[in-house]
Amino acid sequence: MTFLVRLARSQAGASVAATLLALAAVTLVVIAGGYDIGHAAAALWNGSVGSSYSFFTGTLLRATPLIIVGLAVAVAFQAGVLNIGAEGQLLAGAATTIAAGLSMADRPGWISVPVELAAGMAAGAAWAGIAAVLKRRFGVLEVISTLMLNFVALFGVSYLVRGPLQESTHLYPQTASLAASARLPVIIPGQRLHLGFVAAVMLAIAAWWFMRSTAGGFRIRVVGAGAAAAASAGRVNVDRVVFGAFLASGALAGLGGAVQVTGVTYALFEGLSPGYGYTAIAVALLARLNPLAVIVAGIFFGGLEAGGAGMQRDAGVPSGFVSVIEALVVLGVLAVDRARSVAGERGQPTAGAQAA
Amino acid sequence: MSGGPLTAFLEAGVRTATPLAYAALGELVVERAGVINIGLEGAIIGGAFGALVFADTGSVPLGFAGAALAGILVAALFALFVVTLRTDQIITGTAMSMLGLGLTGTLYRTMYGSAGASLHTPTIAPAPVPGLSAIPVIGPALFDQPVVTYALYVLVPALAWWFYRSAAGLALRAVGEHPEAARGAGISPDRVQWAAILFGGAMGGIGGGTLVLAQVGTFAEGMSAGRGFIAIAIVVLGRWTPFGVAGAALLFGAASALQTLAQTTGWTMPYQLPLAFPYVLTLVLLASARARTAAPAALGQRSA
Repeated sequence: MTFLVRLARSQAGASVAATLLALAAVTLVVIAGGYDIGHAAAALWNGSVGSSYSFFTGTLLRATPLIIVGLAVAVAFQAGVLNIGAEGQLLAGAATTIAAGLSMADRPGWISVPVELAAGMAAGAAWAGIAAVLKRRFGVLEVISTLMLNFVALFGVSYLVRGPLQESTHLYPQTASLAASARLPVIIPGQRLHLGFVAAVMLAIAAWWFMRSTAGGFRIRVVGAGAAAAASAGRVNVDRVVFGAFLASGALAGLGGAVQVTGVTYALFEGLSPGYGYTAIAVALLARLNPLAVIVAGIFFGGLEAGGAGMQRDAGVPSGFVSVIEALVVLGVLAVDRARSVAGERGQPTAGAQAA
Repeated sequence: MSGGPLTAFLEAGVRTATPLAYAALGELVVERAGVINIGLEGAIIGGAFGALVFADTGSVPLGFAGAALAGILVAALFALFVVTLRTDQIITGTAMSMLGLGLTGTLYRTMYGSAGASLHTPTIAPAPVPGLSAIPVIGPALFDQPVVTYALYVLVPALAWWFYRSAAGLALRAVGEHPEAARGAGISPDRVQWAAILFGGAMGGIGGGTLVLAQVGTFAEGMSAGRGFIAIAIVVLGRWTPFGVAGAALLFGAASALQTLAQTTGWTMPYQLPLAFPYVLTLVLLASARARTAAPAALGQRSA
């Protein structure tokens, strides 16, 4: 017990404690469901880290968009912006990236890939920008506006892949595939893991440095900790910081979409994102909004999703239960936070519970 | 039942609007108490699954009871976190959606196997109201529907009366506008919010149950298909009043029914345009000052 209490007192410890609670709960669910727990655990292991293929092409490949979009959510939440529209921003980024990439089929990769990624970031920022403007000019709750924009983006993609961007035979609701030169290169021969993973890790390190060591990062943290206090202290233009963090968050989510289409799918279609924008909220929260920890949390969830697929294949455990784990991890983090504040701990107010 | 494409369109619109209206009226009560339940999606899919399990007995009313019960269970977990533990509403709600979708999918496959697609529940047929259902054009749309739709015709005015004319309705709105003042008047905001969230869960559950028991006749993983989020848009578009919410639900229903109309009339507009329209309208409305003053003042804030 004292071990658990001590563990829960550290920031990382709270996440670990919440994860352990969630995994314990899920183990019970698996056993209650009549599944062979040993068999299920073995399948989870084999599907996520059991072989180099499952680790690189399963876990890390799935972790890549989760890390990038997780950073998007973390940056927004740090500034107190409840951007739950990462999903829509990701789709806007993916669509624009494909449009740009298809129009540059005969350009060399060193031109087309950077242009594609930049286009995706710009589109994600613009999509978030709608909600950011509505918030700044009219005080519209970003929770509602970003939720609406997710739907509009989804219908937009649906229109594009059946209309102007549909592949030339007009048989399938998807775009043509990017030319080989317009794709992110694979980094390990024989695997599907692409350069986007390296970019995601470097981005996380850059975001960590930015939040920790620059005036801009400091302003974001001050505003997130309490906009009123920041405003009364003068010097910090709260509206501007919130606006900037909102756009940066959208740009990152858009980049997540751009990396996914240039690195994995090579084409735009409706089911492109199985809810990365929502899973990213769990990733960011488990990471306590710390960009470096987002790498770890992203790989953890990527492994769960890869292992979950393996578990469904080999042990018959429905893969939907990965969402159950994700949800329980989030609830666990919230509950552990609450327990800490009830216990009257000193120290930093924890990010998850303070995001509003 | 006969009639032109317009009649068919209106009928489909009301049919599509019915589960949305239940969920949105539930969310309306929750938001009037100052809480945004983004996890309504979890209550709807929970309700759909509850309907399946209970209607397996062969009884449709029992199916609806199961739907409401499942919605209440999901909502109770949300209320425990948000009201009692005072966690962030948005993050908790997001987790509840994930939990509801994941858990129902897992349970469904565990209980019914992967061959569950062949499973059929009893459904309620439309019960035409004699006389009224013969009114040209709108008659079939409004009065040749299942009983669950008719229940809304009573529920909406009843809710409006309750909001503005009953002491309990006043207490609810007081908590959503100014919880401290409500507390000063001897009202327990926690208790009011708990009750509102459980009611919202039951309504969301019934909305999910309607999908299964009055429309599809079976359960499918993820069949709530974002209706919990649509309901949140409907509440905004309906400017936080029962009649407004009913009208907004109809608009969303009509927008998706427009697909059928377009198909039968050979209309060539991209069908995504009418589908996206209500969301864009909600965004535009949000930017207007009137919408913002209509929102409960303490909406989304955690009580101290």
